[in-house]
Amino acid sequence: MTSSDENNAPASDRFSEVPPDLWQTCPGCNQLLFSQDLEADLWVCSKCGYHFRLTVWQRLEVTADPDSFEEWDRELPLNDPLEFPEYLEKTRAAQEKTGMSEAVLTGRAALDGIPFAIGIMDLSFVGGSMGWVVGERVTRLMERAIEKRLPVVISSASGGARMQESLISLMQMAKTSGAAGKLAQAGLPYVSLLTDPTYGGVMASFAFLGDIIIAEKGAAMGFAGPRVVEVTGLRMPAGVQTAEVQYEHGMIDMLLPRREIRPALHTILRWCTV
Amino acid sequence: MSDSKLVKLGKSLDELDARISELRRLVEAGQDAYSEELVKLERRADELAAEICSALTPWDKVMLARHERRPQASDYISAMIDDFIELHGDRRFGDDGAVITGLGFLDGRPVAVIGQQKGRTIPERAAHNFGMARPEGYRKTMRLMRFAAQIGQPIVILIDTPGADCLEASESRGISEAIAANQRDMFSVAVPVVCTVIGEGGSGGAIGIGVGDRLLMLEHSYYSVITPEGCAAILWRDAALREEAAQALKLTAQDALALGVIDKIVPEPTGGAHRGPYETAANLKRAGV
Repeated sequence: MTSSDENNAPASDRFSEVPPDLWQTCPGCNQLLFSQDLEADLWVCSKCGYHFRLTVWQRLEVTADPDSFEEWDRELPLNDPLEFPEYLEKTRAAQEKTGMSEAVLTGRAALDGIPFAIGIMDLSFVGGSMGWVVGERVTRLMERAIEKRLPVVISSASGGARMQESLISLMQMAKTSGAAGKLAQAGLPYVSLLTDPTYGGVMASFAFLGDIIIAEKGAAMGFAGPRVVEVTGLRMPAGVQTAEVQYEHGMIDMLLPRREIRPALHTILRWCTV
Repeated sequence: MSDSKLVKLGKSLDELDARISELRRLVEAGQDAYSEELVKLERRADELAAEICSALTPWDKVMLARHERRPQASDYISAMIDDFIELHGDRRFGDDGAVITGLGFLDGRPVAVIGQQKGRTIPERAAHNFGMARPEGYRKTMRLMRFAAQIGQPIVILIDTPGADCLEASESRGISEAIAANQRDMFSVAVPVVCTVIGEGGSGGAIGIGVGDRLLMLEHSYYSVITPEGCAAILWRDAALREEAAQALKLTAQDALALGVIDKIVPEPTGGAHRGPYETAANLKRAGV
């Protein structure tokens, strides 16, 4: 997961020291795109419709009102419960590279003035994987949403549960799933947005428990990633693990191009809060 | 398969309506020469419609309920519901085109909307499975109803089906279980649910989304435990006896009201809902849908 997003250097990462490139090559059609135009098109290729993967800050920008975001639970410390080889070094390097403290950003934002709790996963942080911090932030996001009576939107992009925290990661699946259940019992809505790619322990927990699930067109998604499937000696046929296939099988409420996601979210939030 | 006199009248009314809308286009385009003819034809159509409606047999009503131009759920949704967004899938197996489910606003008030959809053109009918819902359709509606109850928003249900899908694939995924579970669970949906039969109320296919706080029927819709053809075929071994069966089944809205099964009849324009879809939608709104 991590190797592939180096091709998609973030265009406007707030924390990036490097100035954004003037031109970018579309991974879909290899055409050169002017970065400014690309940004105006919400990072969707105007030539072939390829949806660039977004950084957390880009996703926030296309989803919420400008300057409406207030971060929650930033202080949760990195931990290494298994003393897994090279794990702390790797996470610290990810912090430096991405400017993120962990693979999910959580807090409160607004969409056309409607306040909501938002979580956004960052694929470039250790493959967007879920360890204790990610699970804890997602859970606290939902618990705080119950306290403050806010609807919840979580945008997922993840390779799955984080191997380096093993069983502790696995337990985050149950913890976040339980939190989603409590949110529903409290009468609050949870919209899960599945973006490219969403896999494994994230897919098999809170990401699939949205009352409404919206998937971004063309997103890859599934339970076990291609490399895991190959270990079994079998092969996943190409093109099977996509948002489109999940939609056909009744797993997804709406399959939308990026530009239509924000208006749909707005209608849903308005519907839930009137 | 002989058409009744009224069915024949209905056909001439359809032809008249078609000529009227053609003339209206011409007059609206500035061809005033046709306006006198238009008024004449409109008057004749109204008289004919009134004559038809004054003596409809139950079978005539079945024919009206199945009329190819009769407004369908999607027509009422676009006429009555603002900012509608459709939600798909049962999170189990698939998405069923025979039922439309989604969120929208009725006069500014959030409502969950469920409507069985038959489709008109051949590709549409195939995509909507002729309005015959499959297990995933019923399970999809329950998912939406649970969500509406969770948020506390009311539910509007439009019933229009010849019956649930009864082919092997639906059997293998538990069509009976899906209909049974929906009826059980609709009793515990803790928000107002208003069900309206807008066309065909076909048996289990209809009651599977038909348990609500209020049950309404459009004036010329029907609601029955089986289609008249099915009843005639089973009881009398002859589907051709459908008119007699329609009579015996007491399937009209007026019968259902007399039986105390429904709360209210929603009036249709003279001649049937297809002669005034917007008027019918307005009547539905007024009736408290």
